[in-house]
Amino acid sequence: MSALLEVSDLVVDFPTAADGVFHAVDSVSFTVSAGERVGIVGESGSGKSLTSQALMRLVPEPGTVSSGSVLFEGADVMAFSAKKLQKWRGSQTAMVFQDPMSSLNPLMRIGRQITESLQKHLGLSKAESRTRAIELLQRVGIPDAESRLSDFPGAFSGGMRQRVCIAIATACSPKLIIADEPTTALDVTVQAQVLDLLDHMATELNTGVILISHDLGVISSFCDRILVMYAGRIVEEGTAEQIVGDPQHPYTKALLSSILRLSEPIPRRLKPISGAPPLAGQRASGCSFAPRCALAIDACRTLDPALVPASNASPGQRVACGVAAPAAFELADEVTAA
Amino acid sequence: MSTVLLEVDDLEVTFRRSAGPGRRAASVPAVRGVSFQLEAGTTLGIAGESGSGKSTIARTLMGINKPSGGSMRLNGADVGALRGRELAQYRQTMQMIFQDPYDSLDPRMKVSETLLEAIKLRKNKPASPLNEVYQLLEKVGLSKSFASRRPRELSGGQRQRVSIARALCVDPRLILCDEAVSALDVSVRAQVLNLLKDLQEDLGLAYLFISHDLSTLRFMADYVGIMYLGKIVELGTRDEIFERPQHPYTRALLSAVPEPVVIDRTVRLPRVRLTGEPPSSTNPPTGCSFHPRCPLAQEICRTTAPARRVTSSGQLAACHFAEPELVVAEA
Repeated sequence: MSALLEVSDLVVDFPTAADGVFHAVDSVSFTVSAGERVGIVGESGSGKSLTSQALMRLVPEPGTVSSGSVLFEGADVMAFSAKKLQKWRGSQTAMVFQDPMSSLNPLMRIGRQITESLQKHLGLSKAESRTRAIELLQRVGIPDAESRLSDFPGAFSGGMRQRVCIAIATACSPKLIIADEPTTALDVTVQAQVLDLLDHMATELNTGVILISHDLGVISSFCDRILVMYAGRIVEEGTAEQIVGDPQHPYTKALLSSILRLSEPIPRRLKPISGAPPLAGQRASGCSFAPRCALAIDACRTLDPALVPASNASPGQRVACGVAAPAAFELADEVTAA
Repeated sequence: MSTVLLEVDDLEVTFRRSAGPGRRAASVPAVRGVSFQLEAGTTLGIAGESGSGKSTIARTLMGINKPSGGSMRLNGADVGALRGRELAQYRQTMQMIFQDPYDSLDPRMKVSETLLEAIKLRKNKPASPLNEVYQLLEKVGLSKSFASRRPRELSGGQRQRVSIARALCVDPRLILCDEAVSALDVSVRAQVLNLLKDLQEDLGLAYLFISHDLSTLRFMADYVGIMYLGKIVELGTRDEIFERPQHPYTRALLSAVPEPVVIDRTVRLPRVRLTGEPPSSTNPPTGCSFHPRCPLAQEICRTTAPARRVTSSGQLAACHFAEPELVVAEA
């Protein structure tokens, strides 16, 4: 089965003050199949949002995608013309952002914001698009949909606005939805509703979903597969069960053990990860997690580990750590030698 | 014996919303009859969704908002009646840490300047203020070298540590933490939570810990109040609230928290899913404010606001259907 989206060796560079470049996203590769829920989890600055922006070709200035390929149903997104890109973004893919207020036009009625893309991308008439807009709002659980078409975004609550954003995002039945922290600004009871809605899209409409979040709880309860990012790299990849149940990378392990869970006894103290993630452009040589890693050996400070199959032989689980999987260093060696 | 440090009784805070494009002037009751006590050296956690009024309570205690009813007593003294020097004293007993350490530190001031400014307010001036700065930094886990830095040279966690050091400058007994760790990354959040716990143990601080994050509250708090639309709907010890929640809203909140645990997807636990969203405080529903979203709601809930009462498991809950305490008939 061919993948819906195939990202290979994606690199996003930002210029540094010292006239150098800094890889904000560094050799990121992954695939998303139709109907699959892929989660990207990481702390701020890990490159998780940039990765999604890069594959939509929306990297903010002065960043650039300096190498790598993005294939959507086999077509090379990086080679799309401006016109094709616009059509692709509007009809095949959709993005949902953290702050629904800033992604809606505050001066345009909700109805118009939905029908706009229906008319533009699907060529529906005014009347057809209006009927469809009502259906879409009903599908995302907005009561009294018909009368709400004439409301401005300001008349909706935060959760309702996010539903409107999802309605707009799904208007043209996209094959891929990228949701970047879609529930971070929402209350926990509303978060559950929005996640149910995205879940419905993946299950019923076979939409591929990339969910980006800092919250491992949200990611692991929603996603089939998880990518853990640290300092621009994927450091571990696996199913939700693998990542949560048998993490291999010291960062994933440390992250999981620094989290509080309602389902477990209350610890006397938390086990934090010492230090802080590296600042942009201040990456040391070797593994970027080494300065905070309790298991780091000398090799970790010089060799940049590759993402290799985990040594627990769990199918599909991959880890970029030379201590957890010695092959990561062997491959790193080859790369340096080449 | 425990001593009550802070006593809030029937607090009401109402905002006036002026008329604007497409809306009328209205009065917004943000806090509606909130009562609680906080003992010295303990933590009261307040949870609730956005707009439930939890931050308004903290801001009213700090004097940023004015109460429209009820009373607040600190060490027995009525806060509303304090003036001049007494008010200044009161403000030093209580300090606040905000969610965003980017906004709450002056970007132009070095860390030492920020702290010295607060140290100056102290009644007993230290012999060497700069030494005091170093000691405070050490208390919050920062080296001396941080004294000469400015906020933009600090990470989020470091900034929050400076905010905590600033709060400690005046030797407070109570610190109001309003979403104090919510903006921090997970790995850094744990460091700051540990620090707050250590400081409580060492200095005997009391915390009013406001957070929407229930697992953080469970770690930090001795007592927990759950707020909904300006009211505390359930109040009890940590174990009462987390192990034996009585109010349907508390139960729904607890079951909505996604956890990173291995789940068998074939047997998904039936979760309490709330429909709808918190209603607007401008126009709270009749009866119990929670009734439009409550799975247990009956006719009485639509007409009569439930009083807070002691339940069989010990905590206070404002729900007609919370298990009432078994009344033992006196002989």
